[in-house]
Amino acid sequence: MRREPLLNGVLALALLAVPLAAWALDEPFVITLATKVAILALAGAGLNIALGYGGLVSLGHAAFFGIGGYAMAVLAAPVQNFDLLMSWPFEVPGTKSMPLIWLAAMSAGALAALVIGALSLRTAGVYFIMITLAFGQMLYYFAISWPAYGGEDGISIYVRNGFAGLNTLDPIQFFALAYGLLMAVLALTHMMVRARFGLALAGARQNPGRLAALGIRPFSLHLSAFVISGAITALAGALYADLNRFVSPSMLSWQTSGEIMVFVILGGVGRLFGPVAGAALFILLEHWLGGVSDYWKLFLGLILLGIVLFARGGLIGTLAGREDAHD
Amino acid sequence: MTAMLLIEQALNGLQYGVMLFLMAAGLTLVFGVMGLINLAHGSLFMVGAFACAAVAGATGSFWLGLAASLAAAAAAGAIVEMTVIRRLYARDHLDQVLATFALILVFSEGTRWAFGSFPLYLDIPAALAGPVTLPGGLEYPLYRLVLIGVGLGVAAGLFWLIGRTRLGIRIRAGEADREMIAALGVDISRLYTIVFALGAALAGLAGALVGALQSVQVGMGEPVLILAFVVIVIGGIGSIKGALVGAILVGMTDTLGRFVLPLALGTVMSRSDAGAIGAALASMLIYILMAVVLVLRPGGLYGRA
Amino acid sequence: MNVKTILMAAVAAVAMADNATAEPVKVGMITTLSGGGASLGIDTRDGFMLAVGMANNPDLEVIIEDDQRKPDVAVQLADKMIQSDKVDVLTGIVWSNLAMAVVPAATAQGKFYLSTNAAPSQLAGKGCNPNYFAVSYQNDNLHEAAGAYAATAGITKAFIMAPNYPAGKDSLAGFKRFYEGDVVGEVYTQLGQTDYAGEIAQIRASGADGVFIFLPGGMGISFVKQYADSGVGLPLIGPAFSFDQSILQAMGDAALGTLNGANWSPDLDNAANAAFVTAFAEKYDRLPSVYASYGYDTANLLLSAMAKASVADAPAFRAALKAADFASVRGKFAFGPANHPIQDLYVREVVKEGDLYTNKIVGTAMTDRGNPYEGECKM
Repeated sequence: MRREPLLNGVLALALLAVPLAAWALDEPFVITLATKVAILALAGAGLNIALGYGGLVSLGHAAFFGIGGYAMAVLAAPVQNFDLLMSWPFEVPGTKSMPLIWLAAMSAGALAALVIGALSLRTAGVYFIMITLAFGQMLYYFAISWPAYGGEDGISIYVRNGFAGLNTLDPIQFFALAYGLLMAVLALTHMMVRARFGLALAGARQNPGRLAALGIRPFSLHLSAFVISGAITALAGALYADLNRFVSPSMLSWQTSGEIMVFVILGGVGRLFGPVAGAALFILLEHWLGGVSDYWKLFLGLILLGIVLFARGGLIGTLAGREDAHD
Repeated sequence: MTAMLLIEQALNGLQYGVMLFLMAAGLTLVFGVMGLINLAHGSLFMVGAFACAAVAGATGSFWLGLAASLAAAAAAGAIVEMTVIRRLYARDHLDQVLATFALILVFSEGTRWAFGSFPLYLDIPAALAGPVTLPGGLEYPLYRLVLIGVGLGVAAGLFWLIGRTRLGIRIRAGEADREMIAALGVDISRLYTIVFALGAALAGLAGALVGALQSVQVGMGEPVLILAFVVIVIGGIGSIKGALVGAILVGMTDTLGRFVLPLALGTVMSRSDAGAIGAALASMLIYILMAVVLVLRPGGLYGRA
Repeated sequence: MNVKTILMAAVAAVAMADNATAEPVKVGMITTLSGGGASLGIDTRDGFMLAVGMANNPDLEVIIEDDQRKPDVAVQLADKMIQSDKVDVLTGIVWSNLAMAVVPAATAQGKFYLSTNAAPSQLAGKGCNPNYFAVSYQNDNLHEAAGAYAATAGITKAFIMAPNYPAGKDSLAGFKRFYEGDVVGEVYTQLGQTDYAGEIAQIRASGADGVFIFLPGGMGISFVKQYADSGVGLPLIGPAFSFDQSILQAMGDAALGTLNGANWSPDLDNAANAAFVTAFAEKYDRLPSVYASYGYDTANLLLSAMAKASVADAPAFRAALKAADFASVRGKFAFGPANHPIQDLYVREVVKEGDLYTNKIVGTAMTDRGNPYEGECKM
């Protein structure tokens, strides 16, 4: 075996061990930070399917992240206000059940990705980056200025949603949920990459001509990857909203898209655990540097710059070597 | 009265578009020649505005400030090109996005470190202040008319530079075939530094000119950056002509949309609601425009893709 | 751990030792210290810390963190301060949307929240909480002051304008509540908009005889400069946020003569204010803004409660806060039933003193104005 699987195992264990140690030492905020890493890594894992495996550079994934967040708020808000989600043509109550919310978030994210992807995939290269950005900005301005659901203020959901058998307000139990979902998605991604779909996707990225000769249309392959990617990022958005018990349009901003992309690039594009490494490093830097100086973002910028210039292939690429690179 | 208002709004749209062109021209040039996505282009806009405000504040002369903005932005561009950007030409777009994203953080917080957190003062020069009366009785700010003139002048200058000069020939050759131009003995790395500094100077000029109308503060470049990207994508990346057409299209759509949509909705709903919903739709309008253009013409209006 | 702890010098402060209870109080301040909105957070912090430094009370510990103006960051900082630092009191948030994200959860966990600025209608009415105190105002107040005074200033046909977000809509509603003239134009602009040529053209064509704007921060700077250059020349009025000390120097002559509704001004004539303005200018080498004054009042309110009750005894501490037994820089200050101030509202005019632009009070808009939403508050 090469070094990358070993490194992945270390990362998976570390992300589990740190919050467990914090739990034992009664440091609940460290658990919250680890939960944030797990959730943002999940968002990055979603983007990685489009960006790393499909070669589709989307600068609009905040759209799916935000859609997931708003799906949570739209479903949970009626319950906290003793209201109905819909009263016409038939009565639909809201829900505080996490699995239902996850399902709704993923469906909404997949649907949005289907529409945005179908239109955007007519373009390629930089144009694709920019058209996905445009769709993200559309949703952002829509959320800010549309009066329902709080506009710029966003919506607070005061009590975290429930999951049968767990107390989700307990930081360690909520972490377990986020971590479980992250590992499940990474395992599925691993299988997908090795299945026929993943191989075809890799083929489409590396040699589109040959694939066309085999009678496979890259458009439907790419669209499928984009839809899966959008659904996973939306799931992360729903979890992130539950972590903060709050959603707002800032989840949809282009800076959020940029940050999700930074997690992936920082960790290593097209590496299974790239988003985990990237999100962990970014959150740690943000957390540590924030205490050093009012101008901490200056140092964050310099460190990011150093990594991209001198640590090619991201963290995983640097640590595990380039032999495993996907391109 | 309504016709006059419409004409005034069209002038406003034109002026806005021309300013966007100054930003977009540098961006599209850098992309066309070097294949580089530069998210930090908005930071150079900010550098220009701060340089102008600082020098104008110290000397009392807006024109010295304007010269300083060109010099500071060009210098910042050249330094960044030689230390960072140069290493990114061979990389894929992703590394460029991450590196220039990091540069935004460095520029923004570095500027805040140097100039503090409070917005700076920069005003229109006295010679250009106040409105003038146009034929037809329309009162319009002189400074904005001058901006339209400067923007169109820069556009003409760029067309001349690209089309008629030795540097322009090299730039066009660089876009078409990098190996060939290197084989012909042109110092490509110097050419790249010059092009990047030229794009930066244009952004700095825009920052100084717009800074006199706006708030000179940290982060002022980012909203303009996104709009400049919208412009060059609509126009077709690498095309100066596309950038000009795209900029005016975006400027007009945005200004007229903000004006017309609430009025149109006001005929079917209350004024408050029409204002809020009209404004919501107007803020999405240019992104809708961009998506429609790309769906119909995936390479932009004048693109080669 | 990254705790930006400012431990107040533990030099023995004998002065307050007799009646002060020895229970230490830990305060978490979440405010905006980086990015474009940093100047407001810095003023809030500096005003607050000025009062803390002057009191020199060793039982008060303040932890300060930067929310980057992001609601999700603010929520996580509040979690950290409550879970790890075990703070008793939270304060410092500048923006309403961040307050909405943090305050309900913090008060639900039994923490006190003292607002140095944002006081949205939701928290003033249905969502009020006995542990939530707005020291600044209720969000609508300063807009109401502008509206109540507009007719006096000769504005009978107003053109009104605000960004298209909840605080903007509240602002226009607040202005209209006590405005006695006609509204001839009502426009919502994009949040963060920098070019107002289109709106100025509409003002010129509207036949208005005065303009009300709520455009905080950079938006206000852009508008005021462009408006002055357009030659429209109608009187301009707004809430204090549109013409505050932190942005006046960047507006320059363009702001001269504009009016703004406020509950505080550097020239407000009382001993506490004179001491505050002098001490602030001495320590930070600039004039204080309204945000600095709210920070300063908030710290003094907290100190006054600490002198009366132990924070561990929540009902007693709450009552001590509610008594508002401190020398406010606003002179008169009392809390209404929903823990929002009852205070006089003024109208200020922007003037130039030497090289500095600042505000001077020109009239009183409303006396003993309280919280318009307190009827909806059940606590």
